[in-house]
Amino acid sequence: MTDAPAPSHSNSARAHLVYVLRDNPVTLIAFALCAFFVLSALIGPYLVPHDPLATNAARALQPPSFDHWFGTDSLGRDVFSRVIVATRLDLTISVAAVALSFVIGAVLGAVAGYWGGWWDVVLNRIFDTIMAFPLFVLAMGIVAALGNTVENIIYATAIINIPFYARLVRAEVNIRREAGFAQAARLAGNSHLRVVAFHIFPNALPPMMVQVSLNLGWAILNAAGLSFIGLGVRPPTPEWGIMVAEGANFIVSGQWWVALFPGLWLMLAVFTFNLMGDGLRDLVDPRRRT
Amino acid sequence: MRGRAVALGLRIAQTLPVLFGVVLISFLLTRALPGDPAAYFAGVMADAESIEATRVKLGLDKSLPEQFAIYVGDLFRGDLGRSVGTGRPVLTDLAERLPASLELTLSALLLSCLIAVPLGVWAAVRQGSWVDHLCRVLVTAGVSLPTFFTGVLLIYVFYYLLGWAPSPLGRLDFIYLPPPQVTGFYLIDSLLAGDAETFFAALRQLALPAATLALFTLAPIARMTRAAMLTALSSDYIRTARAAGLTPRKVLYGYAFRNALLPVVTTLGMVFSFVLGANVLVEKVFAWPGIGSYAVEALVASDYAAVQGFVLAMAVLFVILNLLIDLSYALIDPRIGFAGK
Repeated sequence: MTDAPAPSHSNSARAHLVYVLRDNPVTLIAFALCAFFVLSALIGPYLVPHDPLATNAARALQPPSFDHWFGTDSLGRDVFSRVIVATRLDLTISVAAVALSFVIGAVLGAVAGYWGGWWDVVLNRIFDTIMAFPLFVLAMGIVAALGNTVENIIYATAIINIPFYARLVRAEVNIRREAGFAQAARLAGNSHLRVVAFHIFPNALPPMMVQVSLNLGWAILNAAGLSFIGLGVRPPTPEWGIMVAEGANFIVSGQWWVALFPGLWLMLAVFTFNLMGDGLRDLVDPRRRT
Repeated sequence: MRGRAVALGLRIAQTLPVLFGVVLISFLLTRALPGDPAAYFAGVMADAESIEATRVKLGLDKSLPEQFAIYVGDLFRGDLGRSVGTGRPVLTDLAERLPASLELTLSALLLSCLIAVPLGVWAAVRQGSWVDHLCRVLVTAGVSLPTFFTGVLLIYVFYYLLGWAPSPLGRLDFIYLPPPQVTGFYLIDSLLAGDAETFFAALRQLALPAATLALFTLAPIARMTRAAMLTALSSDYIRTARAAGLTPRKVLYGYAFRNALLPVVTTLGMVFSFVLGANVLVEKVFAWPGIGSYAVEALVASDYAAVQGFVLAMAVLFVILNLLIDLSYALIDPRIGFAGK
C-alpha cells in the first residue's frame, strides 16, 4: 500500500476512470460543477462586479438587469455578488465540518474496530444515542448550548456526522483485524498503532470518500438550514441560507429574485456533491450502482 | 400469544437505555459545556443577583451527578422548566403546540407515501422506461432540495402568481375560528364538529407546507421502494408464483409488494429523523404555530429552557416513532417475533 504503485496498475485505474466517466456523463458534469464551485470560492470574491456589502437605498429591490444580473435586495445590495461571495463561507463550513467528523470518526471507529471490547461497547452506545436524536434538532441544541457562532455551526455539523464515519471505519477495520496481511505486519514487528494506521485503515478510505462526498451536500444543507433560522452566520454576511431567509420576506410581494438565486445556488451545490457521491460510488464499488 | 407479549415487552424495554442516553445528552448540553448555564436559564435580562438566585434554584451549585438526579426527578414530574419568552411552563407550551406539528408532519408523510410508493413500484415494474427515469431524476433532485427554499418557491408560485393558496400565515385564516379542541388536529376536529367550511379552510392552509415537506421525503421513500421491489421481483418465489399461473396483479401486490414493504418501512424511520428536522424550517417559512417555530423563537431570544425542552421532546418523539415502526414489522411480516433480536 505504501509502495509506489506499479505503472500498469495506475494505467488500468486511469482506464477505469475514463471508462466510468464516459459511461456516465452525469458524473463528468458533476465534477465540472464542483470545479466551478471551488473556483468561485477561491477567486470569486475578487471577480464580482459589486461590493457584496455595499448598500444603495436608491436601487433597492430592483429586478435582474444587465447591471445587476440577479437583481438587488431590500438594501440595494447586488444579489449576484453576494451569492458568489457566499460560496466561500458555505463551502468552508461544510468542508471543515466534514473534515472534522472524518478525522474524529476515523480515529474512534478504528479504535472501536481494532481493540474492540469495552471501547467498542461504550463508543457504540454513544453513537446510538446521537442517532436517537433527529439530527438537525440535535445540531440546533448544540449550537444553542455552545453559543451562536459560525465555529459552533461547524462543530455541531461535525458532531452529528461523526457516527456515520465511525460506523463505517469500525466495520472496515473490524473485518480486517485478523486478516493475513495485518497479522504479517504485526509479526514483522510493527506496533498495533502502526498496523491500524498504515496497514488496515487505508482500506477503509475508498468507501469513506464516497461518504464524504454524499456528506458534503448534506452538511451544506444543514449549515444553510441553521443560518436560515437565525443561527450562526449573522447578517450582513452573505450566506445562502440567510439570504433565502431575507428573501422569504419579499416573496409574498413578488420580489422573487432575492430568495431564488441564493436558493438555486445552494440547491445546485448540494446536487453537485450528491451526484459526485454517486459517481464516486460507481468508481469505487461498481456492484452498488443504482 | 404469551411469547409475543413478552417479546413486545422486551422491545419496549430496549428503548429505556436509549431514552436514558437522550436525557443524559440533553442534560450535558446544558450543564457540562463552556458558559454559565445559570446565566442562560435566567435569561438575557438577568443581573448578577438573579443569576445567583437561578443558580441556587436550579441546584447548579451542587455536583454534576447530584444535578443529574435532580434533573431526572424534575423530568419525571413533567417539569421542563419555565420559558422566559411566554412565562409559562415549557411542557404546557409544547403540549399546546405539538398537535399543529404532528398534523403537518403526518399529513406530509401520508401524502409523500401515497405518491412515492406507487411511483417506486411503477418504476421497478417498468424498469428502464420513462417512469423509471422520472423516478431517478426526482430522487436525485429531491435529496438536494433545501426544504425552506422549496417552501418559499411554492409560496411564490401558488400564493403570489396563481393565487390558489391562502396567505402563508399559520393554520387557519383569521376569519375562521379554530374548531372545538378534541384531538388538536384541525382537520379532524372540524370534521367532528361537522364544520365543512373550517375543514376546507384548514386544508387549504395545510396544503403548501405539507407539500413542501412531502417533496423532501419523496426521494428516500421512492428510492427504497424501487430498490426493494426490484429485489423482490427478481426473487425465486416470484418466478414460482408466475409459473404457477397466478395473475400478474396477484403476483405484484400479493407477493412482491408485501415483501418489499419491510425495507420501505425501515426507511420511514430514517425519514422521520429528516422530517422532524425539516419541520422546524417549514414551520418558520409558513409561520406554522408548531413546536418547531416555538423553538426557533426561543433560540433567537436565548430562551434556553424552551430550546432544551424542545430538543428533548423531539428526541423522545423520534424514539417512540422508531418503536412504533419496529412494532409494525410484526404486522407486516408475521415471521418477525422480536425474540431473535
